[in-house]
Parts: sequence; C-alpha cells; structure tokens
Amino acid sequence: MGVEGIGARVVRKEDKRFITGKGRYVDDIKLLGMTHAHFIRSPHAHAKVKKIDSSAALKMPGVVAVLTGQELVDDKVGNLICGWAITSKDGSPMKMGAWPAMAPETVRFVGQAVAVVIADSKNLARDAAEAVLVDYEELPAVADVQTAIKSGAPQLHPEAPGNQVYDWVIGDEGATDAAFAKAANVVKLDVTNNRLAPNAMEPRAAIADYDAAEEHFTLYTTSQNPHVARLVLSAFYNIAPEHKLRVIAPDVGGGFGSKIFIYPEEMVALWASKKVGRPVKWTGDRTEAFLTDAHGRDHVTHAEMAFDANNKITGLKVKTYANFGAYMSLFSSSVPTYLYATLLSGQYNIPAIHAEVVGVYTNTTPVDAYRGAGRPEASYLIERLMETAARQLKVDPAQLRRTNFITQFPHQTPVIMAYDTGDFNASLDAAMKAIDYAGFAARKAQAKSQGKLRGIGVSCYIEACGIAPSKAVGSLGAGVGLWESAEVRVNPVGTIEILTGSHSHGQGHETTFCQLVAERLGIPISQVSIVHGDTDKVQFGMGTYGSRSAAVGLTAILKAMEKMESKAKKIAAHALEASEADIVIENGEFKVTGTDKAIALPMVALAAYTAHNLPDGMEPGLKESAFYDPTNFTFPAGAYICELEVDPGTGKTSFVNFVAADDFGRLINPMIVEGQVHGGLAQGIGQALLEHAIYDANGQPVTASFMDYSMPRADDLPSFNLSHTTTLCPGNPLGIKGCGEAGAIGASAAVINAITDAIGNNNLEMPATPDRVWRTIHAA
Amino acid sequence: MSTVKLTVNGKAVAVDVEDRTLLVHLLRDHLNLTGTHVGCDTSQCGACVVHMDGKAVKSCTMLAGQADGANVTTIEGIAKGDELHPMQAAFRDNHGLQCGYCTPGMIMSAIDIVHRYGGQLDETTVRQELEGNICRCTGYHNIVKAVLDAAGRMKVSQAAE
Repeated sequence: MGVEGIGARVVRKEDKRFITGKGRYVDDIKLLGMTHAHFIRSPHAHAKVKKIDSSAALKMPGVVAVLTGQELVDDKVGNLICGWAITSKDGSPMKMGAWPAMAPETVRFVGQAVAVVIADSKNLARDAAEAVLVDYEELPAVADVQTAIKSGAPQLHPEAPGNQVYDWVIGDEGATDAAFAKAANVVKLDVTNNRLAPNAMEPRAAIADYDAAEEHFTLYTTSQNPHVARLVLSAFYNIAPEHKLRVIAPDVGGGFGSKIFIYPEEMVALWASKKVGRPVKWTGDRTEAFLTDAHGRDHVTHAEMAFDANNKITGLKVKTYANFGAYMSLFSSSVPTYLYATLLSGQYNIPAIHAEVVGVYTNTTPVDAYRGAGRPEASYLIERLMETAARQLKVDPAQLRRTNFITQFPHQTPVIMAYDTGDFNASLDAAMKAIDYAGFAARKAQAKSQGKLRGIGVSCYIEACGIAPSKAVGSLGAGVGLWESAEVRVNPVGTIEILTGSHSHGQGHETTFCQLVAERLGIPISQVSIVHGDTDKVQFGMGTYGSRSAAVGLTAILKAMEKMESKAKKIAAHALEASEADIVIENGEFKVTGTDKAIALPMVALAAYTAHNLPDGMEPGLKESAFYDPTNFTFPAGAYICELEVDPGTGKTSFVNFVAADDFGRLINPMIVEGQVHGGLAQGIGQALLEHAIYDANGQPVTASFMDYSMPRADDLPSFNLSHTTTLCPGNPLGIKGCGEAGAIGASAAVINAITDAIGNNNLEMPATPDRVWRTIHAA
Repeated sequence: MSTVKLTVNGKAVAVDVEDRTLLVHLLRDHLNLTGTHVGCDTSQCGACVVHMDGKAVKSCTMLAGQADGANVTTIEGIAKGDELHPMQAAFRDNHGLQCGYCTPGMIMSAIDIVHRYGGQLDETTVRQELEGNICRCTGYHNIVKAVLDAAGRMKVSQAAE
C-alpha cells in the first residue's frame, strides 16, 4: 500500500470546501429570474378535495401562478411509480392505487400536496399560500396496520381491498411445520419495529429550469441517484425525453435512502418551470421533511423459532405486517420482502424457514428504504429471538449463537441468499474480547451494589449488500438493473478524471475512489479528480445506496482502469521498443521490467493524444469505460456488544461500552469506514432509545419537528470501540463487502438485548425511552 | 423594509431587507454567504450557527435587524487566507464531517465552546455542549475527537500569537 493507496487513512479531498463554507448544495444555487414554489399541503390524513379557490392569491403582487393537481392530470403528467413488482401467494400482482404528484381528488396523508404557489420570492409564495382556500371533506382515517387490516376499517384505495397491497410468502411451509412438530423447544416473540424519519440534515430541494428554445430541462436536485431520477422522470412521468433533461445532484447533505426516490416536488418544479417560463426553486423545511420524506421500518411481527434438544435451531416461522403508508413509494415493495425476509437466516444454520409478509396501506407518509432497508428489521428480529431463546433455554447468549453459526461457505440459506464467505466466530471473539465479556458478571454485581441495573447485549448481524446482480433482482421483480458504470479519462498531460455513476453525499468517494487509482498507477491523489452527480457528464449510473458504491461502483472503475492500463502499456511498449508483456506500472511510470528503461504517464498520455507515433491501427486517445454487474450480493457481517446501566429510579439508560467487530472484506480507507460505522451505530442506537415517528389514531403526525422527534445528540451517545475481522469477498476482484449500513442494522438489537438483560424483563419495545423502561421495570 | 448595517467577516455592509428577514437569510440570500445552513427552522439543529460579537448564535432564530450594528463572523470568515482555523483543520484531520451540511454550524459552535471553557475540555463536557448541534452522519464520535484536538491546537496557536 502506498501512502495514498488502498488501506491508507487518507484525509478527505472534499473536506476543504465543506469546512470553509464552500460546499455547493441545491439551496445555495440561484438562477436568473428564478421563482420560488410553496406547496399547499393537506392538514387532513384522509379527505376529498372539494374545491381550491386561488383567486385571492393570484391577485397578490409577485404571485406568478397557483397550480393544482387537476392541471397535472390535464397535462398528462404521470403518476408516481413503484419499481419492484411483488406477487402475492395466490399468484396475483400487488394491488396499488394511483399516486398523483398533487392530489386532484383525494388526499391520503397529512402533508400530501394539493396545489403549489409560484411567486417571485419564497416569502411571497408562503404569504400567497395562506390566501388559497381549499375546501376538504374529511374522511375516516387509519394510521396503524393492526387497525387497517380489520374489517370495517377506513379504506384508502379501491384497487386494494382491505388495505392490503400484497400477502407474500417465502420458504418451505411444509418443512417448517414439520420442524416445529418435532421441536424440543419453541421460542416465541412479538416485536414492533418502530417507524423512523430519516432526517438527512439537508432538507430536500429542487431547482427546475426550462429552456423553451431548446425544449430542454435542467434539474438541480438532492438525489442519491441522478440518472435514476432522469430515467424515471423521463420514462414514467412524461416530463421530457432523457436527452432533453439534465439532472444534477451537486453536494447533497446526507441521504440514508430518503434521497433515492423521485418525489412529487421535483416533478412539479419541472412541470411548473415550463408552465411559467422561469426557473422554479423549492426548498423543503424540516416539517415538510417529516411529512413527505419517505419514512423507514414500521413492522409488526410475530415469530417462532424451533430448537432441538441440543439447542440447534431447526425451524423459523415469521409473520410480518409492513406499514407502507398511503402510497407505494419507488422501492417500498422490495423492502419488507426481498431485502428483509431473505436475511431471516441471520448468521445461523436454519434448515427450514417460512415467512409471510402482508403489506398494508395506512393514512400516513409513504414508507421506503431507510439505512439498512429491511435488513435492520430482520437482524433485530433474529437477534432478539436468539437472546430470548438463550434466556428461555438457560444457556449463554454468545454460546447459543456459536452453537448455531454457519461455519461452512458457500452456504445456501432456505430464503434465497447464498452466503459466499464469512467468519462469524472471529467477529464474535473480537467483540467479546474487546468488551471483556468474561468479566461482565463481576461488573454487574459491582453496579448492583451501587443501585444500578447493568446489562449486556449481543447482536450478530449479517446483511446483503453490493446491490445487486441485475439478472437475480430482475427475476425477483426489480424494474431496473443494478450494475454500475465508470469511465477513466487520462488527459493529455497525464492527470486523470474518473467519472462514476455512484453518488457521494457524505461517503467520501472523492477520496476513496482516487485511492484505487493511486494504488494502481503510483500517482498522488491530487492528480486525480472524481466526477459524479451530473447526467450530462456521466453516461449512466445507478447511484449510491445499499452499501454498493465500493463493491459495485469502485469495481466498475477498476474494470475501466484495467482497460486503460492495457492500452497505455501498448503505447509505452511501442515507445520503449519493448514487449507489452514486459511493461509494469510503478510510481507513475511505465517501466520495462528488469531494465532502467521507463516512460512517465504524462508522456504516454501525450503520445496517445498527439498520435504521432502510436502502434499501427491504434485509435488515438486514452479513455476507457466499463459497466460492472456483480455476480452475487456481498455479505458484510459482524458482532456488536453493548454494555449499559439502567437507573431503576428513572428508567434512564447510560452506556458503559459499545463494541463493534465488523467484517467488511477489504477496506479502502479505514478512517472513512470507521466514520460510516459510527454514523450507522448512531442511527441504530437512535432507533433503540430515542426515535419514533408517531401518528395519532386519526393519522395526525405527532412528531413533525426536531422539538418532537428525538434525534440522537452528542450527549445521547457513547464513543465507540471498533475493530475489524476480515474475510475477503470472493465476488469482486477487490474483495470488498461494503460498510455503509452495518451500524444501523446491528446496533438496535444489541441495545435492547442489553436493557432487557439489565431489567430482567423481555417485554420491551423500541424506542426504550426512560418512561417505557421505568414502566417495564415496575410492571412486574 | 429596513436598512441593516453590520460588519460581516470584517467587512462593513448595509443591506435593505424586509423587516421579517432572519439573519441567516440576510447572510445567504443577500450576501451570498451560503456556508451557513438552515436545517430545522426550530432552533434545534445548529446548522445556522454564526458568531455575533464573539458569541455563537443561531442565525435562523434572530431577525436580521437584531444584528444591526453587530460584528458577525461566518464559516467563510474564520480561516486566515489559505491557513485554516485550527478547528477547521481538526475537523478535517479527525474525519469529523461526512456530508458537510451540519459542519459549518458545528465548527462555529465548537470554537465558541473552546473559548468559553478556555480550552479546558473533556469528552463529557464537549458532548453536553454540542447538544444544540445535530449531525446525522458521524454519530459525533469524530466530532468530539476533533473538538478536543482543536482545543489543544487553539491554545498552542493563541500562545504563539
């Protein structure tokens, strides 16, 4: 490894602009003649839109237009789509109601837009919105799945009777029933996976600019995947053909999944910019983020696990109700099915699994992928089951896990996934050593003498990342391929631009992707630039989510680099009058191995572009591209252990130690990887202790600002104790598994297992607020 | 409309604004100092923190008019030319930022914290003092490290002055 190569803790190239206030986020951009949009949103969870009277608003100075959902329909703008088709157990396709970008007739969640005001300034747009009179006829609403599935519940969409989107199954029911019939012990658990609001710190924003002469749109937007946004806006929403639509995602202030989706606001901004003949800017505020950014999680699950007399798991049965909110968001259908139920085997050898997932409409904000997306729900369920089982079977929780660990690879689970490699004992060993697991009993006794309840909780997670092999996901209903593309441009002076379809919104690609180039060519990363986030610059890409950028995006760059290097070696061999096979690349030079003959990269690049002396038949230039489609998912895994104390008088939890031992395969930049784990752990711990997007029975959101929704703050969290164990991923040449979601997937079960251990009561749901913990302690 | 006269990053400016204009919008929309961000509108997240007369304030929670006559420093005003402020350097060196959105406010709050404690900080104090700045990316681990690191560096740089 060079000082800036693979494995080096290189400080980030992108940091200078962020620490000096020179980041360029969407809301920082101004265009000449720009107007401002303010959306008029439903205050009701379910209502008919009877009439919209904008006459007073239109008379206000500075108001350009008031546009409604009916005008969208009249202009044939398409409804929002769901991009993953799921088939119910009876063979029927999932049942969906239409989702218009602004509701012409019926609103189905608080915050759904019915109209938009376009004005000369943001304040004028807000003022005018107050003057628009919307006449609603309220309808009965339902916010939770248990109520929504009952007969007589308010119905959201006529297309989905009983509010049921699908009833999907996976696994072998007969084999699972047989395992339970023979079980020595059965462990049962009901869990709720609480609804979360993603809350990237930058609110979503969009600027749309229509050029009437060119009939061309430019959209600046807060997106994790600008090419996917362009594809969807073009192919499904009828905004403009792809070559007439440029999508730019500049600096984006966090995403965590919530900025994957193409939302109504950017559709409306594009459409409105053509209608009013001026650029249209919309920047959401935090309450709009709570109301309209896709939420995460929200499962209600009953699970049973069967054990034989040797404490080996013989079967698992799961039934989950997933709350989708009022409409099916872009990838929502895949989250509680192929991203959740396929991970229900956890790190364990489970011969028979059967899972049933019922997807349900409610009058709440749509739910879709949020950091981990289905995998946190699976991991939380399995790891709470293992802890529950250990207590019921009276065995050490770590030992029960070891008894059931998968140790032979590849391992085919009963739920589609084929784990390629791993060493689950190694990561559990590392975590147990780091936290001094053996010394816990003494520490617990010591804490007890001081009136504190101390607990320890283990969570051994596995996830499927590197999303995803296109053929495999296509066979499961995905509407897109999930490869990645890259282009390597060597300039005539030898500097390099890497164009990637991945998108960085905090992940540090501008540094890590350069490190691969530094590793292969031996040049400093200052000689390399990463270009991303602009559909006019990068040919195509699927974007960043599912911990895919290194495993898939960087591998695409590697493939393009290999092609470029192959051509450059031919040019060097020709110039040095040597055999191509004898050329090696070191320290930015192409050398004839075993001699002192060499030619520097800039000279090779210059030769490629002057084309004065190239091998016969070679095209000029030095630029190569590649598309890389992974052959399998990758399987990051690890062990997290949390030790904490509960104050029985207040129910307040205090961390003593939190250790994480992760296996991510090869690390490109350990500093950045650790940062990803820290952030993921914070979100997992936030779910366990603090966060909950709450609706009342009428579908009114109770938590729609940071004054109501408890975000993890610095004094809510501990410093983390991280380590890595490594098995290289055999599925990609760099051996990378991915690290972006692990913390959020593994942390919450460790925290809840520790609290339930401390208080000696397993009947605890997330978030384990002091109030809930105190009530649980005193319920006995 | 009113004219607000203030000093921003060492430069005297006079800006005509609507009376309801918030300081953050004066900075962002009128002076194009877009390093100061809006993250929550409720004075919770601290993405908008700037210094007014040497103290950290949330610029989304005060009117521009309240800054009349004041000396305001934003994230754009703390480096000396190409030389980063020690807090900026510490955030970079400790990987105390990811998406960068909360970073300007974090850095401005952190400088204020170091000043208020005279550089005598420990992890618990830093965590408690950062309660008014929310970061969704870093889990605060490296931010806390950066602030403690900078507290040392700022003492050194003050001694050198």
